[in-house]
Amino acid sequence: MELLAFFQSHWSEAVGLTLQHLRLVGASVGIAIVTGVPLGIYVSQKESLAEFILALAGMVMTIPSIAMFGILIPILSLINQGIGFLPAVIALILYSELPIIRNTYLAIKNVDPSVRDAAVGMGMTPRQRLLKVELPIAIPVIMAGVRVAVVMTIGIGAIAAYIGAGGLGVYIAQGISNSYTTMIQAGAVAVSVLAICADVILASVQRLYTPKRQATT
Amino acid sequence: MIEFQHVTKVYQSAGATTKAVDDVSFAVEEGEICVLLGPSGCGKTTLLRMVNRLIGLTNGDIIVNGRNINSVNPVELRRTIGYVIQQTGLFPNMTIFDNVCTVPKMLGWSRAKMHDRYEELMVMIGLDPKEYAKRFPWELSGGQQQRIGVARALAADPPVMLMDEPFGALDPIIRDHLQREFLKIQQTVKKTIVFVSHDLDEALTLGDKIAILKSGKLMQFGTPDEILSAPANDFVSSFIGADKSLKRLSLFTAGQLLQSRRITRICSSKPSVAVQMDTDLRTVLAHILADPNGEVSVLDKTGNCAGVIHYNDLARFLEDDSNEMEPAAN
Ligand SMILES: Nc1ncnc2c1ncn2[C@@H]1O[C@H](COP(=O)(O)OP(=O)(O)OP(=O)(O)O)[C@@H](O)[C@H]1O
Ligand SMILES: [Mg+2]
Repeated sequence: MELLAFFQSHWSEAVGLTLQHLRLVGASVGIAIVTGVPLGIYVSQKESLAEFILALAGMVMTIPSIAMFGILIPILSLINQGIGFLPAVIALILYSELPIIRNTYLAIKNVDPSVRDAAVGMGMTPRQRLLKVELPIAIPVIMAGVRVAVVMTIGIGAIAAYIGAGGLGVYIAQGISNSYTTMIQAGAVAVSVLAICADVILASVQRLYTPKRQATT
Repeated sequence: MIEFQHVTKVYQSAGATTKAVDDVSFAVEEGEICVLLGPSGCGKTTLLRMVNRLIGLTNGDIIVNGRNINSVNPVELRRTIGYVIQQTGLFPNMTIFDNVCTVPKMLGWSRAKMHDRYEELMVMIGLDPKEYAKRFPWELSGGQQQRIGVARALAADPPVMLMDEPFGALDPIIRDHLQREFLKIQQTVKKTIVFVSHDLDEALTLGDKIAILKSGKLMQFGTPDEILSAPANDFVSSFIGADKSLKRLSLFTAGQLLQSRRITRICSSKPSVAVQMDTDLRTVLAHILADPNGEVSVLDKTGNCAGVIHYNDLARFLEDDSNEMEPAAN
Protein backbone atom coordinates (compact mmCIF):
# COMPACT_ATOMS: atom_id res chain seq x y z
CA MET A 1 0.00 0.00 0.00
CA GLU A 2 1.70 3.13 -1.22
CA LEU A 3 -0.67 5.33 0.77
CA LEU A 4 0.23 3.67 4.07
CA ALA A 5 3.90 3.92 3.25
CA PHE A 6 3.41 7.60 2.47
CA PHE A 7 1.83 8.29 5.83
CA GLN A 8 4.51 6.24 7.61
CA SER A 9 7.29 8.28 6.09
CA HIS A 10 5.48 11.64 6.38
CA TRP A 11 3.91 11.05 9.79
CA SER A 12 4.93 14.18 11.68
CA GLU A 13 4.43 16.39 8.65
CA ALA A 14 0.90 15.03 8.16
CA VAL A 15 0.06 15.65 11.80
CA GLY A 16 1.36 19.20 11.48
CA LEU A 17 -0.76 19.88 8.41
CA THR A 18 -3.81 18.39 10.12
CA LEU A 19 -3.35 20.68 13.11
CA GLN A 20 -2.93 23.61 10.75
CA HIS A 21 -6.13 22.60 9.01
CA LEU A 22 -7.99 22.31 12.29
CA ARG A 23 -6.69 25.69 13.41
CA LEU A 24 -8.05 27.24 10.22
CA VAL A 25 -11.44 25.57 10.63
CA GLY A 26 -11.60 26.21 14.36
CA ALA A 27 -10.82 29.90 14.04
CA SER A 28 -13.33 30.38 11.21
CA VAL A 29 -16.21 28.47 12.75
CA GLY A 30 -15.46 29.93 16.18
CA ILE A 31 -15.74 33.46 14.85
CA ALA A 32 -18.77 32.51 12.79
CA ILE A 33 -20.51 31.19 15.94
CA VAL A 34 -19.68 34.29 17.95
CA THR A 35 -21.06 36.54 15.22
CA GLY A 36 -23.70 34.32 13.60
CA VAL A 37 -25.62 33.21 16.69
CA PRO A 38 -26.28 36.76 17.96
CA LEU A 39 -27.15 37.83 14.42
CA GLY A 40 -29.56 34.90 14.09
CA ILE A 41 -31.18 35.82 17.41
CA TYR A 42 -31.41 39.44 16.34
CA VAL A 43 -33.11 38.74 13.02
CA SER A 44 -35.51 36.30 14.73
CA GLN A 45 -36.86 39.33 16.60
CA LYS A 46 -36.67 41.62 13.58
CA GLU A 47 -38.59 39.88 10.85
CA SER A 48 -38.04 42.76 8.37
CA LEU A 49 -34.29 42.16 8.42
CA ALA A 50 -34.43 38.38 8.40
CA GLU A 51 -35.16 37.92 4.73
CA PHE A 52 -32.38 40.28 3.68
CA ILE A 53 -29.70 38.79 5.96
CA LEU A 54 -30.57 35.20 5.05
CA ALA A 55 -30.59 36.04 1.33
CA LEU A 56 -27.21 37.70 1.68
CA ALA A 57 -25.72 34.74 3.55
CA GLY A 58 -27.28 32.43 0.98
CA MET A 59 -25.72 34.39 -1.87
CA VAL A 60 -22.26 34.08 -0.30
CA MET A 61 -22.69 30.31 -0.32
CA THR A 62 -23.13 30.28 -4.08
CA ILE A 63 -19.75 31.87 -4.75
CA PRO A 64 -17.28 29.12 -5.74
CA SER A 65 -14.43 28.90 -3.26
CA ILE A 66 -11.69 29.64 -5.79
CA ALA A 67 -13.60 32.75 -6.88
CA MET A 68 -14.03 33.79 -3.26
CA PHE A 69 -10.28 33.66 -2.66
CA GLY A 70 -9.84 35.54 -5.92
CA ILE A 71 -12.08 38.32 -4.66
CA LEU A 72 -10.42 38.52 -1.26
CA ILE A 73 -6.81 38.60 -2.47
CA PRO A 74 -6.89 42.08 -4.07
CA ILE A 75 -8.91 43.51 -1.20
CA LEU A 76 -6.64 42.16 1.52
CA SER A 77 -3.54 43.02 -0.49
CA LEU A 78 -4.30 46.60 0.48
CA ILE A 79 -3.15 45.70 4.00
CA ASN A 80 -0.48 43.31 2.75
CA GLN A 81 -2.43 40.21 3.75
CA GLY A 82 -3.50 39.11 0.27
CA ILE A 83 -2.42 35.53 0.79
CA GLY A 84 -2.03 33.26 3.79
CA PHE A 85 -4.07 32.65 6.90
CA LEU A 86 -6.24 35.79 6.97
CA PRO A 87 -8.00 35.56 3.58
CA ALA A 88 -8.58 31.85 4.16
CA VAL A 89 -10.17 32.46 7.55
CA ILE A 90 -12.33 35.28 6.20
CA ALA A 91 -13.58 33.13 3.34
CA LEU A 92 -14.39 30.24 5.67
CA ILE A 93 -16.18 32.55 8.11
CA LEU A 94 -18.34 33.82 5.28
CA TYR A 95 -19.24 30.27 4.25
CA SER A 96 -20.02 29.28 7.84
CA GLU A 97 -22.37 32.16 8.51
CA LEU A 98 -25.32 30.83 6.53
CA PRO A 99 -25.85 27.51 8.31
CA ILE A 100 -25.27 29.12 11.69
CA ILE A 101 -27.44 32.23 11.20
CA ARG A 102 -30.18 30.27 9.47
CA ASN A 103 -30.35 27.51 12.07
CA THR A 104 -30.30 29.99 14.95
CA TYR A 105 -33.04 32.04 13.31
CA LEU A 106 -35.21 29.02 12.53
CA ALA A 107 -34.69 27.39 15.92
CA ILE A 108 -35.80 30.51 17.78
CA LYS A 109 -38.68 31.13 15.39
CA ASN A 110 -39.86 27.55 15.81
CA VAL A 111 -40.09 27.60 19.59
CA ASP A 112 -43.65 26.45 20.33
CA PRO A 113 -45.78 29.63 20.40
CA SER A 114 -47.62 28.39 23.48
CA VAL A 115 -44.30 28.03 25.32
CA ARG A 116 -43.38 31.59 24.39
CA ASP A 117 -46.87 32.77 25.35
CA ALA A 118 -46.56 31.11 28.76
CA ALA A 119 -43.13 32.67 29.29
CA VAL A 120 -44.42 36.17 28.53
CA GLY A 121 -47.65 35.58 30.44
CA MET A 122 -45.76 34.57 33.57
CA GLY A 123 -43.85 37.83 33.57
CA MET A 124 -40.50 36.98 31.99
CA THR A 125 -38.65 39.93 30.48
CA PRO A 126 -37.58 39.51 26.82
CA ARG A 127 -34.06 38.81 28.06
CA GLN A 128 -35.17 36.13 30.54
CA ARG A 129 -37.35 34.57 27.88
CA LEU A 130 -34.41 34.36 25.49
CA LEU A 131 -31.84 33.04 27.97
CA LYS A 132 -34.02 30.72 30.05
CA VAL A 133 -36.41 29.37 27.45
CA GLU A 134 -35.77 30.13 23.78
CA LEU A 135 -32.00 29.60 23.58
CA PRO A 136 -31.93 26.36 25.60
CA ILE A 137 -34.68 24.98 23.37
CA ALA A 138 -32.87 26.18 20.24
CA ILE A 139 -29.43 24.79 21.10
CA PRO A 140 -29.74 21.37 19.40
CA VAL A 141 -30.71 23.03 16.12
CA ILE A 142 -27.95 25.63 16.43
CA MET A 143 -25.50 22.76 17.09
CA ALA A 144 -26.68 21.11 13.89
CA GLY A 145 -25.84 24.30 12.01
CA VAL A 146 -22.37 24.38 13.57
CA ARG A 147 -21.85 20.78 12.53
CA VAL A 148 -22.71 21.59 8.93
CA ALA A 149 -20.37 24.58 9.04
CA VAL A 150 -17.47 22.52 10.42
CA VAL A 151 -17.79 19.71 7.89
CA MET A 152 -18.15 22.20 5.06
CA THR A 153 -15.16 24.32 6.04
CA ILE A 154 -12.96 21.25 6.44
CA GLY A 155 -13.66 20.53 2.79
CA ILE A 156 -13.36 24.07 1.49
CA GLY A 157 -10.31 24.59 3.71
CA ALA A 158 -8.39 22.15 1.50
CA ILE A 159 -8.49 24.72 -1.28
CA ALA A 160 -7.01 27.39 1.00
CA ALA A 161 -3.63 25.75 0.44
CA TYR A 162 -3.59 27.48 -2.94
CA ILE A 163 -3.42 30.87 -1.25
CA GLY A 164 -0.74 29.77 1.15
CA ALA A 165 -2.88 29.12 4.18
CA GLY A 166 -1.43 25.62 4.70
CA GLY A 167 -3.48 22.70 5.94
CA LEU A 168 -4.04 19.30 4.38
CA GLY A 169 -4.79 20.94 1.04
CA VAL A 170 -1.02 21.36 0.72
CA TYR A 171 -0.70 17.65 -0.15
CA ILE A 172 -3.36 17.99 -2.83
CA ALA A 173 -1.89 21.16 -4.32
CA GLN A 174 1.69 19.90 -4.28
CA GLY A 175 0.66 16.47 -5.48
CA ILE A 176 -1.09 17.96 -8.48
CA SER A 177 1.75 20.25 -9.46
CA ASN A 178 4.30 17.40 -9.10
CA SER A 179 2.01 14.74 -10.63
CA TYR A 180 2.54 12.75 -7.42
CA THR A 181 -0.67 10.68 -7.26
CA THR A 182 -0.03 9.10 -3.86
CA MET A 183 0.39 12.53 -2.33
CA ILE A 184 -2.90 13.72 -3.85
CA GLN A 185 -4.62 10.64 -2.49
CA ALA A 186 -3.07 11.14 0.93
CA GLY A 187 -4.39 14.72 1.07
CA ALA A 188 -7.85 13.73 -0.13
CA VAL A 189 -8.12 10.79 2.26
CA ALA A 190 -6.87 12.85 5.20
CA VAL A 191 -9.39 15.63 4.53
CA SER A 192 -12.24 13.14 4.21
CA VAL A 193 -11.29 11.27 7.37
CA LEU A 194 -11.04 14.56 9.23
CA ALA A 195 -14.48 15.64 8.03
CA ILE A 196 -16.05 12.31 8.98
CA CYS A 197 -14.43 12.31 12.42
CA ALA A 198 -15.55 15.89 13.09
CA ASP A 199 -19.06 15.00 12.00
CA VAL A 200 -19.25 11.96 14.26
CA ILE A 201 -17.86 13.83 17.27
CA LEU A 202 -20.15 16.82 16.80
CA ALA A 203 -23.13 14.54 16.26
CA SER A 204 -22.58 12.98 19.67
CA VAL A 205 -22.12 16.41 21.27
CA GLN A 206 -25.36 17.46 19.62
CA ARG A 207 -27.13 14.40 20.98
CA LEU A 208 -25.87 15.27 24.43
CA TYR A 209 -27.63 18.62 24.19
CA THR A 210 -30.79 17.23 22.65
CA PRO A 211 -33.42 16.24 25.17
CA LYS A 212 -34.85 12.76 24.65
CA ARG A 213 -38.15 14.25 23.58
CA GLN A 214 -36.69 15.06 20.19
CA ALA A 215 -35.23 11.64 19.74
CA THR A 216 -38.65 10.06 20.19
CA THR A 217 -40.76 12.42 18.12
CA MET B 1 -61.76 41.68 42.32
CA ILE B 2 -61.53 42.23 38.58
CA GLU B 3 -63.62 44.97 37.00
CA PHE B 4 -64.15 45.18 33.27
CA GLN B 5 -65.37 48.67 32.33
CA HIS B 6 -66.49 49.26 28.76
CA VAL B 7 -63.68 47.04 27.54
CA THR B 8 -63.25 47.13 23.77
CA LYS B 9 -60.67 45.57 21.47
CA VAL B 10 -60.39 46.31 17.78
CA TYR B 11 -57.92 44.30 15.72
CA GLN B 12 -56.50 45.92 12.61
CA SER B 13 -54.97 43.45 10.22
CA ALA B 14 -54.50 43.54 6.45
CA GLY B 15 -56.87 46.48 6.13
CA ALA B 16 -59.70 44.64 7.86
CA THR B 17 -60.87 45.68 11.31
CA THR B 18 -62.40 43.17 13.73
CA LYS B 19 -64.21 44.23 16.87
CA ALA B 20 -63.18 41.21 18.92
CA VAL B 21 -64.49 42.63 22.20
CA ASP B 22 -67.22 45.25 22.14
CA ASP B 23 -68.00 47.44 25.17
CA VAL B 24 -68.00 44.67 27.76
CA SER B 25 -68.60 45.56 31.42
CA PHE B 26 -68.91 43.23 34.42
CA ALA B 27 -67.07 42.45 37.64
CA VAL B 28 -65.61 39.26 39.07
CA GLU B 29 -65.86 39.26 42.86
CA GLU B 30 -62.96 38.22 45.04
CA GLY B 31 -62.67 34.45 45.43
CA GLU B 32 -65.11 33.73 42.63
CA ILE B 33 -64.74 31.80 39.41
CA CYS B 34 -66.15 33.64 36.40
CA VAL B 35 -66.43 31.56 33.25
CA LEU B 36 -66.27 33.33 29.89
CA LEU B 37 -68.51 31.25 27.68
CA GLY B 38 -69.40 31.45 24.02
CA PRO B 39 -68.87 30.00 20.55
CA SER B 40 -65.50 29.99 18.81
CA GLY B 41 -64.29 33.45 17.83
CA CYS B 42 -66.56 35.35 20.20
CA GLY B 43 -63.61 37.04 21.90
CA LYS B 44 -63.08 34.98 25.06
CA THR B 45 -59.33 34.59 24.70
CA THR B 46 -58.94 38.22 23.69
CA LEU B 47 -60.83 39.40 26.76
CA LEU B 48 -58.80 37.10 29.03
CA ARG B 49 -55.42 38.13 27.63
CA MET B 50 -56.22 41.79 28.07
CA VAL B 51 -56.25 41.27 31.85
CA ASN B 52 -52.51 40.52 32.02
CA ARG B 53 -51.75 42.92 29.17
CA LEU B 54 -50.73 40.28 26.64
CA ILE B 55 -53.19 42.19 24.46
CA GLY B 56 -53.66 45.94 24.78
CA LEU B 57 -57.05 47.55 25.25
CA THR B 58 -58.43 49.70 22.47
CA ASN B 59 -60.91 51.30 24.85
CA GLY B 60 -62.16 50.97 28.41
CA ASP B 61 -60.45 49.98 31.65
CA ILE B 62 -59.64 46.83 33.55
CA ILE B 63 -59.17 47.22 37.29
CA VAL B 64 -57.52 44.37 39.18
CA ASN B 65 -57.76 44.60 42.96
CA GLY B 66 -58.19 48.34 42.83
CA ARG B 67 -55.37 49.08 40.41
CA ASN B 68 -55.88 50.02 36.79
CA ILE B 69 -53.74 47.52 34.87
CA ASN B 70 -52.43 50.25 32.62
CA SER B 71 -50.80 51.94 35.58
CA VAL B 72 -48.76 48.82 36.42
CA ASN B 73 -45.59 47.64 34.68
CA PRO B 74 -46.72 44.64 32.57
CA VAL B 75 -43.92 42.37 33.80
CA GLU B 76 -44.76 43.15 37.45
CA LEU B 77 -48.47 42.75 36.73
CA ARG B 78 -48.04 39.32 35.14
CA ARG B 79 -46.05 38.00 38.10
CA THR B 80 -49.07 38.63 40.30
CA ILE B 81 -51.51 36.90 37.94
CA GLY B 82 -51.46 33.14 37.42
CA TYR B 83 -51.78 32.10 33.78
CA VAL B 84 -52.83 28.66 32.51
CA ILE B 85 -53.39 27.78 28.84
CA GLN B 86 -54.82 24.83 26.99
CA GLN B 87 -51.51 23.82 25.36
CA THR B 88 -49.93 23.94 28.87
CA GLY B 89 -46.89 25.89 27.58
CA LEU B 90 -44.64 23.97 29.97
CA PHE B 91 -40.97 24.69 29.29
CA PRO B 92 -39.56 21.54 27.64
CA ASN B 93 -35.99 22.43 28.64
CA MET B 94 -36.82 22.55 32.35
CA THR B 95 -37.60 19.87 34.92
CA ILE B 96 -40.99 19.78 36.60
CA PHE B 97 -39.46 21.43 39.67
CA ASP B 98 -38.02 24.28 37.60
CA ASN B 99 -41.26 24.68 35.68
CA VAL B 100 -43.33 24.94 38.84
CA CYS B 101 -40.86 27.35 40.46
CA THR B 102 -40.51 29.68 37.45
CA VAL B 103 -42.16 32.70 39.03
CA PRO B 104 -40.75 32.17 42.57
CA LYS B 105 -37.29 32.04 40.98
CA MET B 106 -37.89 35.34 39.19
CA LEU B 107 -39.10 36.82 42.47
CA GLY B 108 -35.86 35.72 44.13
CA TRP B 109 -37.23 33.25 46.68
CA SER B 110 -34.75 31.22 48.72
CA ARG B 111 -34.07 27.62 47.73
CA ALA B 112 -35.68 26.30 50.90
CA LYS B 113 -38.83 28.36 50.44
CA MET B 114 -39.14 27.16 46.83
CA HIS B 115 -38.76 23.52 47.90
CA ASP B 116 -41.46 23.84 50.53
CA ARG B 117 -43.80 25.55 48.10
CA TYR B 118 -43.09 22.95 45.41
CA GLU B 119 -43.94 20.08 47.74
CA GLU B 120 -47.07 21.81 48.98
CA LEU B 121 -48.30 22.41 45.42
CA MET B 122 -47.54 18.89 44.20
CA VAL B 123 -49.42 17.38 47.11
CA MET B 124 -52.30 19.75 46.35
CA ILE B 125 -52.53 18.61 42.72
CA GLY B 126 -52.07 14.97 43.68
CA LEU B 127 -48.64 14.21 42.22
CA ASP B 128 -45.70 12.79 44.18
CA PRO B 129 -43.20 15.67 44.67
CA LYS B 130 -40.11 13.44 44.79
CA GLU B 131 -41.03 11.28 41.82
CA TYR B 132 -41.60 14.17 39.45
CA ALA B 133 -39.06 16.80 40.58
CA LYS B 134 -36.37 15.81 38.08
CA ARG B 135 -38.61 14.62 35.27
CA PHE B 136 -39.35 16.60 32.13
CA PRO B 137 -42.77 17.68 30.83
CA TRP B 138 -42.81 15.31 27.85
CA GLU B 139 -42.51 12.36 30.22
CA LEU B 140 -45.93 13.18 31.69
CA SER B 141 -49.44 12.40 30.45
CA GLY B 142 -51.61 15.23 29.13
CA GLY B 143 -53.63 15.36 32.34
CA GLN B 144 -50.51 15.42 34.50
CA GLN B 145 -49.00 18.19 32.36
CA GLN B 146 -52.14 20.26 32.77
CA ARG B 147 -51.98 19.81 36.55
CA ILE B 148 -48.37 20.98 36.51
CA GLY B 149 -49.56 23.99 34.50
CA VAL B 150 -52.04 24.81 37.26
CA ALA B 151 -49.40 24.31 39.96
CA ARG B 152 -46.99 26.57 38.09
CA ALA B 153 -49.60 29.30 37.89
CA LEU B 154 -50.34 28.98 41.63
CA ALA B 155 -46.67 28.91 42.64
CA ALA B 156 -46.22 32.48 43.85
CA ASP B 157 -49.73 32.50 45.32
CA PRO B 158 -51.16 35.15 42.99
CA PRO B 159 -54.54 36.53 44.05
CA VAL B 160 -55.84 36.32 40.47
CA MET B 161 -55.74 33.48 37.94
CA LEU B 162 -56.45 33.49 34.21
CA MET B 163 -57.24 30.12 32.64
CA ASP B 164 -57.83 29.65 28.92
CA GLU B 165 -59.58 26.32 28.32
CA PRO B 166 -57.11 24.54 30.61
CA PHE B 167 -58.97 21.23 30.35
CA GLY B 168 -60.10 21.64 26.75
CA ALA B 169 -57.66 19.19 25.19
CA LEU B 170 -58.33 16.35 27.63
CA ASP B 171 -60.70 13.44 27.21
CA PRO B 172 -64.05 13.77 29.03
CA ILE B 173 -63.27 11.41 31.91
CA ILE B 174 -59.99 13.08 32.81
CA ARG B 175 -61.59 16.48 32.28
CA ASP B 176 -64.37 15.70 34.76
CA HIS B 177 -61.82 14.43 37.22
CA LEU B 178 -59.62 17.52 36.92
CA GLN B 179 -62.62 19.84 37.18
CA ARG B 180 -63.62 18.27 40.47
CA GLU B 181 -60.04 18.34 41.71
CA PHE B 182 -59.73 21.95 40.65
CA LEU B 183 -62.86 22.95 42.56
CA LYS B 184 -61.50 21.27 45.67
CA ILE B 185 -58.27 23.24 45.31
CA GLN B 186 -60.22 26.45 44.75
CA GLN B 187 -62.11 25.87 47.99
CA THR B 188 -58.84 26.16 49.88
CA VAL B 189 -56.99 28.78 47.79
CA LYS B 190 -60.01 31.02 47.02
CA LYS B 191 -58.51 32.77 44.01
CA THR B 192 -60.30 35.27 41.84
CA ILE B 193 -60.45 33.36 38.56
CA VAL B 194 -61.38 34.18 35.00
CA PHE B 195 -61.87 30.88 33.17
CA VAL B 196 -62.44 30.57 29.42
CA SER B 197 -64.58 27.70 28.18
CA HIS B 198 -66.81 26.90 25.24
CA ASP B 199 -68.43 24.02 27.08
CA LEU B 200 -71.71 24.86 28.83
CA ASP B 201 -71.48 21.92 31.23
CA GLU B 202 -68.00 22.96 32.30
CA ALA B 203 -69.22 26.51 32.87
CA LEU B 204 -72.16 25.29 34.96
CA THR B 205 -69.93 23.02 37.03
CA LEU B 206 -67.15 25.52 37.68
CA GLY B 207 -68.64 28.98 37.43
CA ASP B 208 -69.88 31.07 40.32
CA LYS B 209 -70.73 33.50 37.54
CA ILE B 210 -70.96 33.01 33.81
CA ALA B 211 -70.42 35.68 31.16
CA ILE B 212 -71.90 34.66 27.82
CA LEU B 213 -70.34 36.34 24.81
CA LYS B 214 -71.33 36.53 21.17
CA SER B 215 -69.28 38.36 18.52
CA GLY B 216 -67.50 40.33 21.21
CA LYS B 217 -70.66 41.49 22.95
CA LEU B 218 -71.74 40.46 26.44
CA MET B 219 -75.07 38.66 26.08
CA GLN B 220 -75.68 37.85 29.74
CA PHE B 221 -73.80 37.88 33.01
CA GLY B 222 -75.10 35.99 36.00
CA THR B 223 -75.04 32.87 38.15
CA PRO B 224 -75.54 29.50 36.44
CA ASP B 225 -79.07 29.35 37.86
CA GLU B 226 -79.93 32.85 36.62
CA ILE B 227 -78.72 31.96 33.16
CA LEU B 228 -80.64 28.67 33.02
CA SER B 229 -83.84 29.96 34.59
CA ALA B 230 -83.97 33.37 32.93
CA PRO B 231 -82.00 33.51 29.70
CA ALA B 232 -81.69 37.16 28.67
CA ASN B 233 -82.32 36.64 24.96
CA ASP B 234 -82.79 34.12 22.16
CA PHE B 235 -79.07 33.65 21.72
CA VAL B 236 -78.58 32.61 25.34
CA SER B 237 -81.71 30.43 25.14
CA SER B 238 -80.48 28.53 22.14
CA PHE B 239 -76.95 28.36 23.53
CA ILE B 240 -78.07 26.68 26.73
CA GLY B 241 -80.25 24.33 24.70
CA ALA B 242 -83.49 22.44 25.17
CA ASP B 243 -82.29 20.46 28.16
CA LYS B 244 -81.81 23.55 30.30
CA SER B 245 -84.32 22.21 32.81
CA LEU B 246 -82.24 19.11 33.32
CA LYS B 247 -79.09 21.19 33.61
CA ARG B 248 -80.79 23.40 36.16
CA LEU B 249 -81.83 20.40 38.20
CA SER B 250 -78.23 19.28 38.41
CA LEU B 251 -77.31 22.56 40.13
CA PHE B 252 -79.34 21.68 43.22
CA THR B 253 -79.46 18.83 45.73
CA ALA B 254 -82.29 16.86 47.24
CA GLY B 255 -81.51 18.33 50.64
CA GLN B 256 -81.87 21.86 49.34
CA LEU B 257 -85.23 21.10 47.80
CA LEU B 258 -86.52 19.56 51.02
CA GLN B 259 -85.42 22.62 52.97
CA SER B 260 -86.72 25.30 50.64
CA ARG B 261 -90.04 23.60 50.00
CA ARG B 262 -90.42 22.54 53.60
CA ILE B 263 -91.67 19.28 52.19
CA THR B 264 -93.21 17.53 55.13
CA ARG B 265 -94.46 14.52 53.25
CA ILE B 266 -94.41 11.82 55.81
CA CYS B 267 -92.08 8.96 55.28
CA SER B 268 -94.74 6.32 55.49
CA SER B 269 -95.34 5.58 51.79
CA LYS B 270 -91.97 3.81 51.58
CA PRO B 271 -90.87 4.62 47.99
CA SER B 272 -88.82 1.88 46.38
CA VAL B 273 -85.71 4.07 46.00
CA ALA B 274 -83.88 6.22 48.51
CA VAL B 275 -81.39 9.00 47.73
CA GLN B 276 -78.98 10.99 49.90
CA MET B 277 -79.31 14.63 50.93
CA ASP B 278 -76.47 15.64 48.58
CA THR B 279 -77.80 13.76 45.54
CA ASP B 280 -78.43 16.27 42.73
CA LEU B 281 -81.98 16.78 41.54
CA ARG B 282 -81.21 15.50 38.05
CA THR B 283 -80.33 12.11 39.51
CA VAL B 284 -83.39 12.35 41.74
CA LEU B 285 -85.54 12.85 38.64
CA ALA B 286 -84.07 9.74 37.04
CA HIS B 287 -85.04 7.70 40.09
CA ILE B 288 -88.51 9.24 40.24
CA LEU B 289 -89.16 8.31 36.60
CA ALA B 290 -88.30 4.73 37.42
CA ASP B 291 -90.55 4.59 40.48
CA PRO B 292 -94.15 3.37 39.93
CA ASN B 293 -95.53 6.08 42.24
CA GLY B 294 -93.16 8.74 40.94
CA GLU B 295 -91.40 9.47 44.22
CA VAL B 296 -88.20 8.84 46.17
CA SER B 297 -87.35 9.09 49.82
CA VAL B 298 -84.38 11.17 50.97
CA LEU B 299 -82.16 9.82 53.72
CA ASP B 300 -80.26 12.06 56.11
CA LYS B 301 -76.75 11.35 57.35
CA THR B 302 -77.92 8.85 59.94
CA GLY B 303 -79.88 6.89 57.35
CA ASN B 304 -83.28 8.01 58.58
CA CYS B 305 -85.88 9.24 56.16
CA ALA B 306 -85.84 13.04 55.99
CA GLY B 307 -88.67 13.42 53.52
CA VAL B 308 -90.12 12.27 50.23
CA ILE B 309 -89.80 14.05 46.89
CA HIS B 310 -92.61 13.56 44.38
CA TYR B 311 -92.50 14.26 40.65
CA ASN B 312 -94.82 17.24 41.22
CA ASP B 313 -92.29 18.84 43.58
CA LEU B 314 -89.71 18.88 40.81
CA ALA B 315 -92.17 20.19 38.25
CA ARG B 316 -93.21 23.03 40.56
CA PHE B 317 -89.58 23.79 41.33
CA LEU B 318 -88.79 24.18 37.62
CA GLU B 319 -91.83 26.37 36.94
CA ASP B 320 -90.69 28.79 39.58
CA ASP B 321 -88.06 31.03 37.97
CA SER B 322 -87.61 33.16 41.02
CA ASN B 323 -86.85 30.53 43.62
CA GLU B 324 -84.56 31.81 46.32
CA MET B 325 -82.47 28.72 46.64
CA GLU B 326 -78.70 29.08 46.43
CA PRO B 327 -77.24 26.51 44.05
CA ALA B 328 -75.23 23.78 45.70
CA ALA B 329 -71.76 24.90 46.71
CA ASN B 330 -69.60 23.27 44.11
N1 LIG C 1 -54.12 38.98 16.44
C1 LIG C 1 -55.32 39.09 15.84
N2 LIG C 1 -55.46 39.87 14.73
C2 LIG C 1 -56.66 40.00 14.14
N3 LIG C 1 -57.79 39.40 14.54
C3 LIG C 1 -57.72 38.61 15.62
C4 LIG C 1 -56.48 38.41 16.32
N4 LIG C 1 -56.72 37.57 17.37
C5 LIG C 1 -58.03 37.26 17.32
N5 LIG C 1 -58.63 37.88 16.28
C6 LIG C 1 -60.07 37.80 15.94
O1 LIG C 1 -60.81 38.24 17.06
C7 LIG C 1 -61.94 37.42 17.28
C8 LIG C 1 -61.93 36.84 18.67
O2 LIG C 1 -60.85 35.94 18.80
P1 LIG C 1 -60.58 35.12 20.14
O3 LIG C 1 -59.31 34.37 19.96
O4 LIG C 1 -60.66 36.03 21.30
O5 LIG C 1 -61.81 34.11 20.15
P2 LIG C 1 -62.17 32.95 21.17
O6 LIG C 1 -63.51 33.29 21.71
O7 LIG C 1 -61.08 32.74 22.14
O8 LIG C 1 -62.32 31.71 20.21
P3 LIG C 1 -61.93 30.16 20.46
O9 LIG C 1 -63.03 29.56 21.27
O10 LIG C 1 -61.91 29.61 19.07
O11 LIG C 1 -60.61 30.13 21.13
C9 LIG C 1 -61.93 36.39 16.17
O12 LIG C 1 -62.80 36.82 15.16
C10 LIG C 1 -60.51 36.39 15.69
O13 LIG C 1 -60.46 36.08 14.32
MG1 LIG D 1 -59.74 31.08 22.60
